[in-house]
Amino acid sequence: MGMTMTQKILAAHAGLDEVKAGQLIEADLDLVLGNDITSPVAIHEVEKMTKQTVFDKDKIALVPDHFVPNKDIKSAEHCACVRKFAKKNDITNYFEVGEMGIEHALLPEKGLTVAGDVIIGADSHTCTYGALGAFSTGVGSTDMAAGMITGKAWFKVPSAIKFNLTGKLSPWVSGKDLILHIIGMIGVDGALYKSMEFTGDGLSSLTMDDRFTIANMAIEAGGKNGIFPVDDLTREYMKEHSTKLPKEYVADPDAEYDEVYDIDLSQIKSTVAFPHLPENTHVVGTFDDIAIDQVVIGSCTNGRIDDLRCAAKILEGRHVAKGIRVIIIPATQSIYMQAIEEGLIQTFIKAGAVVSTPTCGPCLGGYMGILAQGEKCVSTTNRNFVGRMGHVESEIYLASPAVAAASAVTGKISQPSDLGL
Amino acid sequence: MKAEGRVFKFGDNVDTDVIIPARYLNSSDPKELATHCMEDIDKDFVKNVNEGDIIVANKNFGCGSSREHAPIAIKAAGVSCVIAETFARIFYRNSINIGLPIIECPEAAREIQAGDEVEVNFDTGLITDKTSGKTYTGQAFPEFMQKLINAGGLVNYINSNN
Repeated sequence: MGMTMTQKILAAHAGLDEVKAGQLIEADLDLVLGNDITSPVAIHEVEKMTKQTVFDKDKIALVPDHFVPNKDIKSAEHCACVRKFAKKNDITNYFEVGEMGIEHALLPEKGLTVAGDVIIGADSHTCTYGALGAFSTGVGSTDMAAGMITGKAWFKVPSAIKFNLTGKLSPWVSGKDLILHIIGMIGVDGALYKSMEFTGDGLSSLTMDDRFTIANMAIEAGGKNGIFPVDDLTREYMKEHSTKLPKEYVADPDAEYDEVYDIDLSQIKSTVAFPHLPENTHVVGTFDDIAIDQVVIGSCTNGRIDDLRCAAKILEGRHVAKGIRVIIIPATQSIYMQAIEEGLIQTFIKAGAVVSTPTCGPCLGGYMGILAQGEKCVSTTNRNFVGRMGHVESEIYLASPAVAAASAVTGKISQPSDLGL
Repeated sequence: MKAEGRVFKFGDNVDTDVIIPARYLNSSDPKELATHCMEDIDKDFVKNVNEGDIIVANKNFGCGSSREHAPIAIKAAGVSCVIAETFARIFYRNSINIGLPIIECPEAAREIQAGDEVEVNFDTGLITDKTSGKTYTGQAFPEFMQKLINAGGLVNYINSNN
């Protein structure tokens, strides 16, 4: 029986010719990632280990991004702990605040993740790098600790769900709408323990940023990883950003899938996930007016240049509705600079939005945009759980940058066509 | 190994944000995290939970963020075991890695009621609801995971194999 793309990558990294779904394996790691919240716990675990030297100082990435620039004394202590560990172990890929970004936007940009890699990260959205044809998955701090020391991790080989994409997305509809649509269709545990493999002719119309967004939210369907085959667009991206040697894997024609979904991209519409689960999806225009208090455009899901360009197109020459707070967060310093060069930041500020340096801050209710009791926010982030962005009685509506920007202008959940676009 | 205690019951998709809200993640001290355990889903949980008590939940327990602070907070709050229909995969890994006993058993998760006195035998997978008198058999761990659990978590396992 053939193997899926994920199974082939795992087999190669476990030194096996073949693996089967459900099999427990130990795989070699190409990269181990941690941030300022998860790394201190991992470093504490490393201190309990008999061997404390890292397996490869070039294959560990430490990215303080959640509460950075430090939001309070305790966060500063966490960052100091990570900084000290990075220095002691001479970690090549430690990113200080001036050169950082939100980890899952930063690592591909810095060329640290390429096709064929096996990557673990102590952050659930580590699945993002599947966009490049890598196997990458989120783990906890103890796994990160073990990975940093041994260069290996144990995995249960996942079975897979195939999403066969055809057609092309409509104007103003993006990868975010597609992944929200999929989560709405299969549920927040619809892909529990499984791979989500995206294939089909429709892939060619998806930009790299679309693909990063889609792979990023595989975890919101419970998926172990999301993965895309490598095409010319991927190759071009990797060539531009990385000196690492990619390895392309292709699923066998007789690979077995638990389920296969055929999705015509032209049928996908602007989609919003209502509180308090990403599966509570609704098509914009099919529900009554929902007045909002805040808009957040950013995060590891939607803080990339395509996202900012899209928001700027809508906000250009317009102003955010009176009384609405709009917070825009470029995901990396490089994206921030590009947005400055393209005049996007000027557009945002003129429109009445505030622009922050890269941080995960508001997405997880850390800082930089906390909601008060009863407030509603349209956000391009990835989770709308109870209390995720602040008060337990606040509400998050997950959406694309286009919907978020249009909603900022009208003050209620809207799409670009509501503005005549 | 056995766990025995009173049950706190939760529903589907209990996410790690409600188990330990991110506003407390500027700390990694288990004792401090424990004081906020389950705060956003049951603000009285910490006040009411006793050493040895058991959490029973429905499907996809521990979904969302990979924060290991979630099983750490549950363990440090005194909870001896979590029984669920299914666990989200990162929470599942994290619990095994840090030595928080968890067990998947859909029937037990659905039938056991809040406040019931329950005993779990991890060697046999037998779950006994002493209040209702019913018994259930939880899903056994694969051999490799059993080794991790017996070693007291991943770090001890690696240390003992070095």
